Formats: sequence, C-alpha cells, structure tokens
Amino acid sequence: MINTLVVVSLAYVAALFLIAFYAERLAARGKGAWLRSPLVYTLSLSIYCTGWTFYGAVGSAARGGLEYLAIYLGPTLVLVGWWWILRKIVRIGRAQRITSIADMISSRYGKSNSIAVVVTIMAVVGVTPYIALQLQSVSLSFNTFLQFSGEEPRYLDSQSTAFWVAVGLAIFTIIFGTRNLDANERHHGVVTAIAVEAVVKLAALVTLGIYVVWVLFGGVSETMAAIDQSAINVWQFDGARWTSIMFLSAAAFIALPRMFQVMVVENEDESHLFTASWAFPIYVLLVSLFVVPIAITGLEKFPSDANPDLFVLTVPLSEGRNGLAMFAFIGGFSAATSMVIVAAIALSTMLSNHVVMPIWLAFSDNRVSVAGDVRQIVLFARRLSIGGVVTLGYFYLKISGGGAALASIGLISFAGVAQLLPAMMGGIVWRAANRFGALAGLLTGFTIWAYTLFLPSFGPDAILSSSILNEGLFGLQWLRPYALFGISGMDNLVHSLFWSISLNLLVFVVVSLLTFPNPLERLQGAQFVNVFDHTVGASTWTKGRAETEDLLIMCQRIIGPQEAQELFKQEAGRQGKIGYLPDTTPEFLQTLERELAGSVGAATSHAMIAQIVGRSSVSVDDLMRVADEAAQIMEYSSQLEAKTEEQARTARQLTEANLKLTAISEQKDAFLSKVSHELRTPMTSIRAFSEILGETEDLADDQRSKYAGIIHGETIRLTRLLDDLLDLSVLENGEVKLSYSRCNLGAIIDQAVAATNFVDSHLALRRDKPSEDIWVVTDQDRLSQVIINLITNAAKYCDNRSPLLKISVRRSDKGVQIDFVDNGSGVSRENQDVIFEKFSRATDRSSGAGLGLAICREIMSKLGGSINYVPAQGGAVFRVLVPLSQN
Amino acid sequence: MSRETRTIYLERSSYRRRRARDAARLLPFLALVLFFIPALWQISSESAGISAKSALVFLFLAWIAVIVLSFFLARYLKAPVVKESDPQSETAGHD
Repeated sequence: MINTLVVVSLAYVAALFLIAFYAERLAARGKGAWLRSPLVYTLSLSIYCTGWTFYGAVGSAARGGLEYLAIYLGPTLVLVGWWWILRKIVRIGRAQRITSIADMISSRYGKSNSIAVVVTIMAVVGVTPYIALQLQSVSLSFNTFLQFSGEEPRYLDSQSTAFWVAVGLAIFTIIFGTRNLDANERHHGVVTAIAVEAVVKLAALVTLGIYVVWVLFGGVSETMAAIDQSAINVWQFDGARWTSIMFLSAAAFIALPRMFQVMVVENEDESHLFTASWAFPIYVLLVSLFVVPIAITGLEKFPSDANPDLFVLTVPLSEGRNGLAMFAFIGGFSAATSMVIVAAIALSTMLSNHVVMPIWLAFSDNRVSVAGDVRQIVLFARRLSIGGVVTLGYFYLKISGGGAALASIGLISFAGVAQLLPAMMGGIVWRAANRFGALAGLLTGFTIWAYTLFLPSFGPDAILSSSILNEGLFGLQWLRPYALFGISGMDNLVHSLFWSISLNLLVFVVVSLLTFPNPLERLQGAQFVNVFDHTVGASTWTKGRAETEDLLIMCQRIIGPQEAQELFKQEAGRQGKIGYLPDTTPEFLQTLERELAGSVGAATSHAMIAQIVGRSSVSVDDLMRVADEAAQIMEYSSQLEAKTEEQARTARQLTEANLKLTAISEQKDAFLSKVSHELRTPMTSIRAFSEILGETEDLADDQRSKYAGIIHGETIRLTRLLDDLLDLSVLENGEVKLSYSRCNLGAIIDQAVAATNFVDSHLALRRDKPSEDIWVVTDQDRLSQVIINLITNAAKYCDNRSPLLKISVRRSDKGVQIDFVDNGSGVSRENQDVIFEKFSRATDRSSGAGLGLAICREIMSKLGGSINYVPAQGGAVFRVLVPLSQN
Repeated sequence: MSRETRTIYLERSSYRRRRARDAARLLPFLALVLFFIPALWQISSESAGISAKSALVFLFLAWIAVIVLSFFLARYLKAPVVKESDPQSETAGHD
C-alpha cells in the first residue's frame, strides 16, 4: 500500500508540473482566457485552507466543539464585506503596482525601506513555523499510512518525507515562481496549479464527508442524532476565544503574505471580487460542512489517546477504504503544498526587494547605470530566497521536533501577521498615519506577540526560562508572559492578542498624532486614502534635472531593452515628440518609478531614480495640494485639469516645433548658401575651362583632355546633387511608384553591402546571417537604397580608429527590426532631433548635401515602416522597422 | 471630486444602485450579528454549554443566508450601469 501511495503522490506531483507548464504556455501564447477567470481567482484564494486546516479542523472539533468554525467565518466576513476593505486594497495594489504586503506598507509610509524590512522580518518569523507545520502535516499523514499498513519503512521515514517534499516544493516554486521578473505580472502556472489543488482538497474532504454521513451513519437525520449522542454534544461556548479567533482569521486573511499575494498581487481584474465575494464563502462552507460528522466518527471509533488531527485519514483506513484514505491523503498533500509554494513566492519577493536589493544598491557605489544587469541579480536573489525560506521551514521542523507544540503554531502564526493590520488598515483610511507611528506600532505589537505567545510556545526552558514564565522578566510579576500587568486567568491566545493588538494600535495612533510626516508620505497617504477619487498627480520629482538618457540606460537594465525603449517611445509620443527621449516631466518620472516598482519594489525603485535624478523633492504646489482642501477641490475639477494638461501638451508641442523650425531654418539658410556655393564652384570651373577650351588655340592634347575631364567630373557632381533633390521631391510629393515583391532580407542586405564595396573605408561589417533569413514583401530596390545609405553613413561618420558596423536583425510582432550599430561616438543630443531633416548634416567633415537620411525616412514611411535613431546605446544606432507584408 | 457638482436627486435606477451599495456595506455587520447569536443562548441555558447540534444547524443556515444575499448583491452591482446621468457611478466610493 505504501508503494502505491508513493507512486500516486509522485504521479500527482508530476501532473501538477504538467498543468503549470501547460498554463504558462497557454498564457505565453495569449490563449486560455479561463486562466484569467473569476473562478480561478476564487479557487486560488483557497490557499487559506492549508494542511493545518485540512487535518486540524477535525482535530479542533473533536477537542473543542464548534470553535473551528470561527476560522472560516472570519474570512467570510472579510469577503462579504469586500466593498469596505478588499476593493480598496486591490485598487491600491493595482494603482501603485504593489508587489507584496511589505511593499504596500512601505509604499504607503513614504516608500520607507526600514518599514519594509521590519515587515519582511515579521512575515518571515510569522510564516516560517507555518511552513514547518505544512511539512509536518505531510510527514505525519505519511506516517499514519505506515502504521496502518504495518510495513517497515524501507526507504522513507517521516523525516525524509518532509525533506523530499521540501526539495520538490522549492524546485517547483523556483521554476514557476520566478519566470518573470515583474512580480506584478501573474504567475499563471502557479495560480492554475493552486486552483487545481483547491479542487482536489475540497473534493477529498467532501467525498470523505459524504461517505461518513450517508454510508457510515446512514443519512442526515441519523448524523444529527449521533451528534446529540456524541462526546461533543455540548459546546462550551467561549465568547472571548470565539471573538478572538474570528478576528484573527479575518485579519490573517488580509495580512498573510500568501493571501496578499493571490488576492492583490496576482489579481487580474478588480471585478473578480464580485464573484469571490460569494463563491469563496461557499468554498469554506463546504470545507467545514463535514468536519463535525468526521470528528464524532473518530471519537467513537478510537480510544481517547488517538490523535484527532488524523481522523481524516484514520477513519477511512480503519474501515478498510484504502482508496478513500489515499484520496484524503492527496487532499491534505494539496493543501500543504499549495500553501508552501505561494508563501515562498510572497516571502522571496519581499526578501529580494527589501533586503537583498537595498544592500546591493548600497554596495554598488551609486552607479546603477554601469553596474551590470540588475535583472539577473533580482531573479537570483529571488530564487535564493525561495530556497532559503523553504530550508528555514524544514529546519524549524527538525529543531522543534515536530511535536504537539507545532500543532498549535497555526493560530500563533496568525496572531503574528495580524500585527501588520493596524499599520495597513490605518494607512488606507487615515491620512495622518505616518511612518513613525507605523514603525512604533509594528515593533510594539511584534514584541508583545513574541514575548507572550510565540517564545513561550516552545515550552518552558526552551527559549524563555521557566522562571521568566512563572515570575516574569527580571522577576517583575507584572511582566509574566501569560499575565501581563498582572491580569491572569485569560486564555493565552486571547491574552496575547488583546495586549499586542490594542497596544500596537494605541502606539501607532499616538505616535502618528505626535509626529510629523514628510511630504512624500503625505502625498502617498492622500493617494492611498483617496484612491477612488481622481488620482492626485503626486509629483514627487522636480523637473529637468534627470538626464533622460541615463534613465533609459538604467531602465533597460531592469526591465529589459525592448520594454524600456517601448516605454520611453510611448511617453515621447504622448508628449508629442518623436524618438525615444521624452522630457523628464514629473509625471513621466512617476510613471517610470511605478513601472520599476513592479520589478524591484517601491522603495528600491524610488532609491534608484533618486540616484540619477538627485534629491527627490516635492514642489510647493504639491504641498498645497495635500495641505489645502480648497486647493484640492480646485485640482479635482476635472475639466480644468484636462484643459491645463491639454494646454501644456500643446505648448510643449509648439515649443518643440518652434525649436525644430528654427533649427531647420538655420540649416536651410546654411544649406542654400552651401548649395549656391556647390553649384557655383562647379559652374565656375565648367565656365572657365570651357572658355579656355573654346578660346585657346594651341592647347596640348593632354591638357585639352585634362580640362575636359574636369568639366566632366564637375557635371557628374552637379547631376548627383540634382538627382538627390529630385528623388526627395518625388518621394515627398507621393508620386513614387513602389514595386512590391516577396524577397529575402538577407539577399537585400547582401546586395546593399556589395553596392557599398567601392566606398574607400576601413569599416568592418559584422552580421548574423541566419537571423537575416526572413521573407518580407517590400520594394527591394528602395529598401536596399536605405541600407546602402546607412552603411555609407557609418563609413563616413564613425570616428572609431577601427570602425565596426554591426547589423542585427530581430523579428518582432510589428515587423522586422534592423539595427545598424556602430562603435563610434554616436550622434550628439542636439543633433539627434534634426538628422532626419532635409539639408541637415551632423558635421562639416563630409561632402554630402545632407539629404541621405531625409530620403531614407521618406522611403521607409512610404514602405509602411520607420527609421529612428536610438539614443543611449554607446555608438550610433539606427533602427529600421520593415513591415512583414505590404499592409 | 468637487462637492458642488454632486447631484441631489438621482434617477430611479441610479438610486437603486446606490442603495445596493449601502446594502453591500451593511452585509458584513449583519453577518457578524448572526454569527454571534449563539453567544446569547448561553445566558438562558442552565447547562455548562449549548447544544452543539442546534448551534451547528443555526450557524450553517445563517452562513448560507449571508452567502445568498452576497450573491444577489454582487450580481446586481456587477451588472453594467444603464447609461444615465449618474456621473459618479464609477467614483462614488465613499459618498
């Protein structure tokens, strides 16, 4: 039987891997709309029901009656009250691109990283025992099977079960939990696997419940009668515990890192809450429906010293229903594994964003832009943290010995994360809440929780000596962990929760009232509290000091070159500019900061931009906006806002256009004198030499042919100039006829390279021929003309001693992208705007008339593509975008 | 949003929608009261505790009632807004 169990478990794990893999593939292809359905969202919330609740609910019912229901009624309250809290948190999470609960709290309190670190540590301390509990539930349930089968464990004992489960979970989480850097993006694979596990654990419990009620008892009324006869027919209702546990479970439902991960970070669509608000309560109702019947069956069947936590397995096993027992085992296994996976992802995001990245930033000597690929570092940190968190859970299990002490850790862990609640809820409803208050409250609550509940839970003399337990710290009676301030006789959990939460809240409020928030906090506070109003344009950066190119370089290192360039280009377009370098308006910096925050968290992102832009600051206007209610109402008058923005945009466009016109006009004047000069010089020499030829009688033959040659050469120069002008005017007036045909890009480049061989230059070419093998429908000659022009330009202008031109081809969804990258010094910032204009020349070194790039641009726009200069890449980079087909 | 522009009289359907939001806000409090009703039983009972069977039946029935209410409210609130002059339908988060 054990062999079958192992095989079934392994097959189940393999199926999970396959499902996750398949879901990732579907999502990558943009298919699988059901992956984003509210149903999957609701099911993913079920990681609330862990192995502890799967087995423990029955145990709790057998020990204490209906108290276990409070653990499910709490979340029900949160969900049916979603209009109050969840809606706001989810909206804030999406608006601010929140990556974890630590990120949310730190983001609210002025992106303070110290708060993020404190929250992260609290979360790790609170959740690690819980992970240990899950591993224990798997190894305990495996042990139960061993005992019942009577087989000797040959290759697996309970410790090694926990070990292998931990290893498997770490691998799964690393593979599917760190696929994308942007923690804000959904982990489709993980979420789908979790949803499947949710169905499995529910099906297992319900199947077992149906078996117990209809097969063992013989019907509902018989079951009811049995409850009346059972050992738990009278429920010792304890109002304090009932209240505490309901509050705890509701608080934990919001504040547990794993719940925050699936509920807020992985949320695809706010409207999924509509469905979850009733569907998740149904889920937990079904989970708890059969708990009491199973518990009373166990109490009847087994001696009183049997572990009621394992009734879910022992009841079917003792009836000889091995298949059913195995199904129950898989259900418990699902519950345990899904919790560990999501908790590890959530904790690793916090650890990498708030602990590893800040340390790395501090050591990287203020030079984000040259410090290598940040993405790899973040991903590595995240993977390392996942391994670390799971290992920590495993060692906790080993060290604590996995006894009964561990079983009670579930509620203790809930009480630990519930300490985050005042800072979090206060932050979204109270604008005056500030970081001193939050930090003080968090530390107070955490300390009291650790002293009165967590540390004593290891038993006397384990961490706290029994003298401290009995006589208080330093022998002070009023500091006894179980009877703070001399109030004894309370239930330990209730006692700890009462003091920790109430003092946490009190300190949070009082310190917030006494201290003063910094401007950034006030802005963030307004944004969080009033998230449903028009978004306040919280401009936290002063304009102009940031160098756009540096920002682009940094951004490329974090979110990837393609994505970064796209982002900058879009912003430039929005500002009415062409190219990749938008103005560094405060709005743009805000957008950029949020975009980066999706990858590395708000605090780190803020710090990184601050490195480049300089001190972050808030203008007087912004302060007015926060402080003055009247100013705010003015601000909110949306019409005015829209108009101002419109005007600002128009003004920017006008300035831009004006500058360009002035530049062109200057260039044009220069060119006209140039053209007259160019025309007059050959004309003068043609006239002079033809006069000589005509009037001088006795010219030597060699001199005659020399003069004729000069005249010929000058005519060719004139013709070329006129040809170029003609070509351009034809293109501009749209009279050109393009002859489309299907041709190979590699062949076109070959042709262009061959045509430029005459150029007297040392320019070396580097190409990647296999990537050029793309078929496009275009005008071969015209495209080739563009490429020739770009190669010739590189040969002329590249100022490196050993000039090198790299042609790289990349296929994107918009078409084929050909980059011409040279190793020279590039085009200067002021010239970038005008190089594509007619008559413009970057330097005076060349002999051209400055028409080449203008012609290229006209050709590319006629071909339905584009040509652009990509800044901030080192050398000069021209990017040609060729559409794949004619349309 | 500026308070001056807030309309005082709403058309019928907008009015209904707002009351549905009020109901959605009140529902958790109703649920809370229901979930604590067993606490009242103990006062009248002389035994050490209360009947587990009655409490179980009551709590599950209350639970189901809350879920049903929540279902209908969610469905009503989710339905797309009929195009009417309710300029704050999207933003009236806390009116």
